Amino acid sequence: MDRRLEDIFASKLMLLATIFSSLILFIMAFALFQRSNPILRTRSLSELFLTSSWRPMMGEFGFHPFIIGTLSVTCLSMILAIPICLLSTIYLAEYAPSKVRGTIKPLIDLLAGIPSVIYGLWGVLLVIPLIRYYIAPFVGATTTGYSVLAGGIVLAIMVFPIIISVSEEVFTTVPFEVREASFALGATKWQTVKHVVMRQALPGFIAATILGFSRAFGETMAVLMVIGNVAKAPSSLFDPAYSLPALIANNYGEMMSIPLYDSALLFAALILLLLMAFFSILARIVLLRIERRSV
Amino acid sequence: MNKRKLEEAFFKGLMLLSTSIVVGSLLAVFAVVILNGAPALSLSMLTQTPKGGYYLGKEGGILNAIIGSVYLAIGATALAFLLSLPIALYLNEYARKSRFASLTRLSLDVLWGIPSIVYGAFAFIIMLYLGARASLLWGIITVSLFVFPIMTRAIDEVMKMSPFKLREASYALGSTRLETALKVVTRQALPGMLTAVLLAFGRGIGDAASVLLTAGYTDSVPHSLFDPVATLPLAVFFQLGTPIPEVQQRAYASGVILLVLVLLLSIASRLSTRKFMKYVIK
Repeated sequence: MDRRLEDIFASKLMLLATIFSSLILFIMAFALFQRSNPILRTRSLSELFLTSSWRPMMGEFGFHPFIIGTLSVTCLSMILAIPICLLSTIYLAEYAPSKVRGTIKPLIDLLAGIPSVIYGLWGVLLVIPLIRYYIAPFVGATTTGYSVLAGGIVLAIMVFPIIISVSEEVFTTVPFEVREASFALGATKWQTVKHVVMRQALPGFIAATILGFSRAFGETMAVLMVIGNVAKAPSSLFDPAYSLPALIANNYGEMMSIPLYDSALLFAALILLLLMAFFSILARIVLLRIERRSV
Repeated sequence: MNKRKLEEAFFKGLMLLSTSIVVGSLLAVFAVVILNGAPALSLSMLTQTPKGGYYLGKEGGILNAIIGSVYLAIGATALAFLLSLPIALYLNEYARKSRFASLTRLSLDVLWGIPSIVYGAFAFIIMLYLGARASLLWGIITVSLFVFPIMTRAIDEVMKMSPFKLREASYALGSTRLETALKVVTRQALPGMLTAVLLAFGRGIGDAASVLLTAGYTDSVPHSLFDPVATLPLAVFFQLGTPIPEVQQRAYASGVILLVLVLLLSIASRLSTRKFMKYVIK
């Protein structure tokens, strides 16, 4: 009897922990919403999102430059990362001998484990001089190097591991018989990949890309270190910009001393939370469908 | 050679190129950081705390940040494990394939995708509400909040893998679900759990954005949970931000220390997984 009671008691405790973990997302959203309420009450959403003057001292909080800044680095990183990730996933899943795959996959895991500050440092040491002295002069532009382009390159490399490892798993769920059927019809390996495997794996690859996108969107330190942090919407790849997470990281120190400033910054955190939650749910729903199919 | 074969060869070339870019970027990160940082690396970097005028290029090291990061990561990993293990056990041994279990998994996945700066901002609000100051304790709480979803999902995945027959055997001997969970499933999942813990530890030691708001920064080694604490990623970041070349050199060196630490963790995780594999019933 004792042991039964123990079991019941332990299960209730574990249930408590589990419920807490499901609720923490809502607690976070609620707390951030509470703190962003003052600014939401005095300004309309369109004013916050569409005006571009950011002067906390004057009470002007226009998020437009930060939203454009974040979107442009993130989209650029996706444009760079998607073809590279798709091609290397196809190589790893379909072509590579198992020995090669066995060597490359741990390396990709290692890439995922490198702290973002290191990526930022790498950007400062390599990417920025490269842009400043080689790429920009080559196309006739002048820049300090701290730019949207630098942010895009660093972010692209940071999202490689997540996109590749998720989509590689998706490729392996495509049943082998499908490939055999295509081979039997005389298709080459590439034709099979292009017409048969890709068609089945595409939703999964899109989900992997969404996960990569949200990772890039929320990345703070690496972007902060290479993007230049100028609160003006960039008009070219070589312009500096400012991202939403960087805005929070750079200004949390003084936010309590200016009215509504804290509210504005925590509103930025709320936007990040809601956007990331939306993207994750979207990607997970697609991936869950694929998982069900493969079982 | 016909067109089909040509197309195949062309795309195969592109694939090899892409894969080399991916692997090459990893090597480039290591090479650039180590080549720039190694010359500035010295024993005093590892064994001394910053002396007066350190940030102007004078004597000292970043022992404060190394120890701070280790304290923070150990504390956060331990705290996260206390939360993760019960959740993973509950999901696998009690909730099973219920709707509640899949919703919990979904919410953990969503939490996994929330940027660490948002956790920092959230913890900052709680600190304001309680009137707490930035300290090691709050750093630990923030980082553990941010790593526990990763750890839980990783443990959950290995527990899912352990065969159901083992559990049946244990039930047949009259053990309760709790006994089965703790004595059979946990042991079976041990190698995977260790990997999960080390993964979370690596995340904790490498994250800067969340502790920026909650752990503060100080030049001394913390003596209690309520002292502010320096961390390695922030040491890299702050030293890089100074205009003095010597200090920037030290930022590179600090980067090397951080990178080596992460690399060692990754190797340790691989080796220990292999070592503990022998206790697993296949």
